[in-house]
Amino acid sequence: MMDFFRQVLVVAAKDLRAELRTKEAINGSLAFSLVILLLFSFAFDPTGDTTREISGGLLWIVFAFAGTLILNRSFARELPNDCLDALIAAPISGAALFLGKAIANFVLLLAMELVSLPIFGIFYNVRWTGQFPELLLVLLLGTWALTVLGTMTSALTVNIRLREVMLPLLTYPVLVPALMAAMQLTMTLIAGTPINSENVMWLKMLVGFDVIYTAVSLVLVETVLVG
Amino acid sequence: MSAVAVDGVWKYYGDYPALRDVKLDAAAGACLALIGRNGAGKTTLLRILAGFSRPGRGSVRICGTAPRDTATRRRIGFLGHGISVYDELSAIENLTLFARLYGLKEPRKAATEWLERTGLDRVAGGLVREFSRGMRQRLAVARAFLHNPSVLLLDEPFTALDDRAIAVLQRLLREALAEGKTIVMSTHQLREALDLATHVALLNRGSVAFNGPRTAEMVADAGFLYARYGEG
Repeated sequence: MMDFFRQVLVVAAKDLRAELRTKEAINGSLAFSLVILLLFSFAFDPTGDTTREISGGLLWIVFAFAGTLILNRSFARELPNDCLDALIAAPISGAALFLGKAIANFVLLLAMELVSLPIFGIFYNVRWTGQFPELLLVLLLGTWALTVLGTMTSALTVNIRLREVMLPLLTYPVLVPALMAAMQLTMTLIAGTPINSENVMWLKMLVGFDVIYTAVSLVLVETVLVG
Repeated sequence: MSAVAVDGVWKYYGDYPALRDVKLDAAAGACLALIGRNGAGKTTLLRILAGFSRPGRGSVRICGTAPRDTATRRRIGFLGHGISVYDELSAIENLTLFARLYGLKEPRKAATEWLERTGLDRVAGGLVREFSRGMRQRLAVARAFLHNPSVLLLDEPFTALDDRAIAVLQRLLREALAEGKTIVMSTHQLREALDLATHVALLNRGSVAFNGPRTAEMVADAGFLYARYGEG
């Protein structure tokens, strides 16, 4: 078991180190996120109640779209020089490889989101710090949902030519329940309502989604990579 | 027990059989040269041996176990068409990464040792993207040998190598054979391959057209096997 986690960390550290050297995915994702937030702030009146009501949805749409740029690079990073062959040949399980990549993606997505969040607060005149610990929990759960599904889709599409198009096409429809839950909870928390018995079902749904898709991905990834 | 045993392997790409009932053996300490024209199935066979894809029919055993077993993967060193090292990492970072993935006890020490053996110790901290082609190839060789594999699977190992890299690889392969390791290599460079090979297998359109020990005739005339068993 220790070997498994050691391998997960080695893969995650490798991906993060490579990304920090090139900054290809994180820069693109962050720029995309900020531009979309800025453009939407021109389209809506930031002082309006309606805008604040849709802000949770808007935020997660931006995170999902910008996140695609990070997730697309995840397995595609292994294509130059046939590095994926070396990883598959190494005595590590597909699950360790997947989890390592997912953790690296999670860190990068979270970094993009945490930079975007204050900008979002300023552009949309939203006080998002009121229930920050709860919001952070939703952010972590929602981001893991996006990460685990996106990393799996990245592995599935790594060898096809239209992977940049196929990844969002395959990811978003399956992600809908998690996105809905994250949007509802974010909206509720930004509006100042705490998580209570009325909305806790969304939180349970998000946790359930994370658990199910993480388990399914860990089981299936070896088949996806080797066939 | 054979170090590498291929029994009745078929592999289809769609309807096309890339491998047809391939049966091959390589004993421990043997060097099997897989030769054949482009599209004969050499790379497909090596990829199945390395566990990158599964055969449609038949079975493959490496030291008696399946290629995808974790223990088997520790025994295999694979050098493919790509160099399989990361451009954005340095030479030492690349080798340390793979040493860790293979669970070597002292990853950094093993990486440093192999950089010295392949003459890359002076550029250990340099990023691979700044390396010349020959240096990249030598690093790829170091990566394949790093974990002291007992079975080496090499796909066109001499292609695109500069003189120095060829000399390094030949020296390492001779040392590996002297240590009793098994080598299976596909190649078009018959002279270099036959120089090392103990056995030769000729693949022709996915089938084994010839399989046997290397003979003096083959060394004297590299085209001998093609003329006799191939398509001329």
